[in-house]
Amino acid sequence: MMLARRLLTGNGAAAWAARLAQVDYIPAFPITPQTEIIETLSRWIDNGEIPGKLVTLESEHSMITAAGAAAATGVRVFTATSSQGLLYGMEMLYTVAGWRVPFVLINVSRALASPVTLEPDHNDVLAARDSGFLQIHCATCQEVLDITLMAYRLSEDARVRLPAIVNEDGFYLSFTREPVYIPDADEVKDFIGEFDSENMQFRASAPTSQAVAVLGGSPYSYFRYESHLAAENARIVFDEICDEFEQRFGRKYGALESYHVDDADYVIFMVGCFATKAKAAVDSLRKAGWKIGLLRPRLLRPFPGEKISQLLAGKKGVAVIDQNLSMGKGGILHCELASVLYGNKDAPPVLMSFIGGLGGRDISQEEFFEIAKQLKQASETNEIPAPRLLYTVDELRQIHKLQAIAHVERAILNRDHQNPDSHE
Amino acid sequence: MNDTHFKRMKDLPSTHLLGTGTPMCAGCGGLQAINDIYDILGEKTVFINAAGCMTLLSVYPFTPFRGSWLYTAMASAPAGAQGVRDALDILLEKKKIGQEENLTAVVLTGDGSAYGMGLSATSAAIDRNLDFIYICYDNEGYGNTGQQYSSATPHGARTSTSSGSMGYPGFKKDLFSIWAAHKPTYVATVIGAEPLDLARKIEKAAQLKGPRFIITLSPCPTGWGFDPQETMQIGKLAVKSGVWPLKEYIDGKIIHTKVPKIRMSVEDYLATQFRFAHLFKPERNTRLIDEIQGRVDEYWDHVS
Repeated sequence: MMLARRLLTGNGAAAWAARLAQVDYIPAFPITPQTEIIETLSRWIDNGEIPGKLVTLESEHSMITAAGAAAATGVRVFTATSSQGLLYGMEMLYTVAGWRVPFVLINVSRALASPVTLEPDHNDVLAARDSGFLQIHCATCQEVLDITLMAYRLSEDARVRLPAIVNEDGFYLSFTREPVYIPDADEVKDFIGEFDSENMQFRASAPTSQAVAVLGGSPYSYFRYESHLAAENARIVFDEICDEFEQRFGRKYGALESYHVDDADYVIFMVGCFATKAKAAVDSLRKAGWKIGLLRPRLLRPFPGEKISQLLAGKKGVAVIDQNLSMGKGGILHCELASVLYGNKDAPPVLMSFIGGLGGRDISQEEFFEIAKQLKQASETNEIPAPRLLYTVDELRQIHKLQAIAHVERAILNRDHQNPDSHE
Repeated sequence: MNDTHFKRMKDLPSTHLLGTGTPMCAGCGGLQAINDIYDILGEKTVFINAAGCMTLLSVYPFTPFRGSWLYTAMASAPAGAQGVRDALDILLEKKKIGQEENLTAVVLTGDGSAYGMGLSATSAAIDRNLDFIYICYDNEGYGNTGQQYSSATPHGARTSTSSGSMGYPGFKKDLFSIWAAHKPTYVATVIGAEPLDLARKIEKAAQLKGPRFIITLSPCPTGWGFDPQETMQIGKLAVKSGVWPLKEYIDGKIIHTKVPKIRMSVEDYLATQFRFAHLFKPERNTRLIDEIQGRVDEYWDHVS
């Protein structure tokens, strides 16, 4: 086996995954921070390095429609978007998931408007949580490549047949170069196999109607629940694929990354690449004698609830760091976790919620230490503090400065309007 | 037009390909046109549908189509056609399927999608020179939801969202010109009430490549307010009064295929439909009728 290891951005790794998966069709639309993926693929196609057809649609709504329609006709499809693009296409995410068409969509997470920004958090991809797409979160560039390859297997598996979103964090992963092993093309071909459209295709000799309407709640409920059961199947199928991937390529994945969780009293629970910062904090805290670990789901849909319950059984406390915010409720992962832990007799008595990293705002090591401290304190006092936003006094001071400037500028503007000749 | 198979009425197919028993309203002018269109396009087609009345043609587990069907959403049927066309081309190129398995991608939408929400997707499909046929059944309003006005609604028409004494204050969008301005392969207006003209245009469109467009005015008994048996007559009046010009765009030129020798007054057309009843009762709104007539006259003044 020849192992090529090179420095790739998360976006580069995503493009490599599409290349190795030998995708036939790439409907595209540019959006920061995703654009590098489609530019890379486009360049390879234009240079004749890879086969396949890339078509730029006029919107993500059309892009996802074309992706679903092509998959429904019987080819392997790859597509990618971010943020506003994912939301613009949201109607079609739900729609094509219901078509039961397998394909992979990379979402490069970026926070949502308003206010508009470019930097990441997870509100975009979590808005697709209930769409019927499978959803897998990455934390490193290597994972982006490997998980995308596995996502094809998962999505195309006869027991699943649902499209999948693979999420990588914008900027922190998309534009960060890391050493990435690029697997051998033939071995990947062997691993993923030829695209099997099963009975989903359009052919002159076999007329078919796809995505037809239903009348009434009974057939609707039936088909919706079928999709749910298919997504549930994906949990076991993902484990099988991870095992096979490890045998073939030597890298071990699973529905969860469990880092020093087994003997831990306290656990940090979060998704995405900021979890690598949490790992560093766990290392420091471990050196200082803390029994603390990190649990990071890769798989969010289907949610690996049972495994999470088992891994967290008997822990003293869990702190969920949500890089998202559901206004009027709080962290989305916190809710997801609470729903699987509730009622388990070994469930950790302390479940704390932190909101952090919104719009690319960093999470510092000191903040992880503070979270650990509060977790311990809550466990000892049995008083669970209210959910809180990771935000420093200094940040607040900076915001107040900006507000002061805005007020002054507004006052000057108002004065000029009232007295146009007052310019110096 | 010399090479057409359809020289006279008796050349038209005598049996229809489209199945019966669909949930469309009695007297549906859209279904009438689709019946005729389908006979010519045939079953080696995949109809890619946007939300509208015709979405109810295929309700699980039934379909009147002998060929294929894909429902998408309201705004993106042309993008669905893009995906299907590209996938078929890829499969042909890779020799995964032979030519005999190939299909024509046919987009089927109402005016709500064609004139409004789906216009951006359509425009872009023409930019990409997508090889497909687009059929818009135009019943001049959001018919499936109870005939609210759309940008295809004619000036003065009463709809469920323009129920005042002046009817719809806007003007019917000139979709034919908008599509033609993109310089696609073919654009034509048709109507079910003129089946020979319709058949010739569909026949022509089917023989061409690239983006091809058909708008069929679809008299709508429930939306326009007339007895279902009058669909044919109202369709003919739409043409004879000059309200619905039958024309085609090809090779950069617009040709009128059926110019009424003596144009009937628009009043004869308007008076047949409840949506224009307020122009005549309680008293005659001569100003508005004249305004409508004036616009039709102005159009035909510019037709050489």
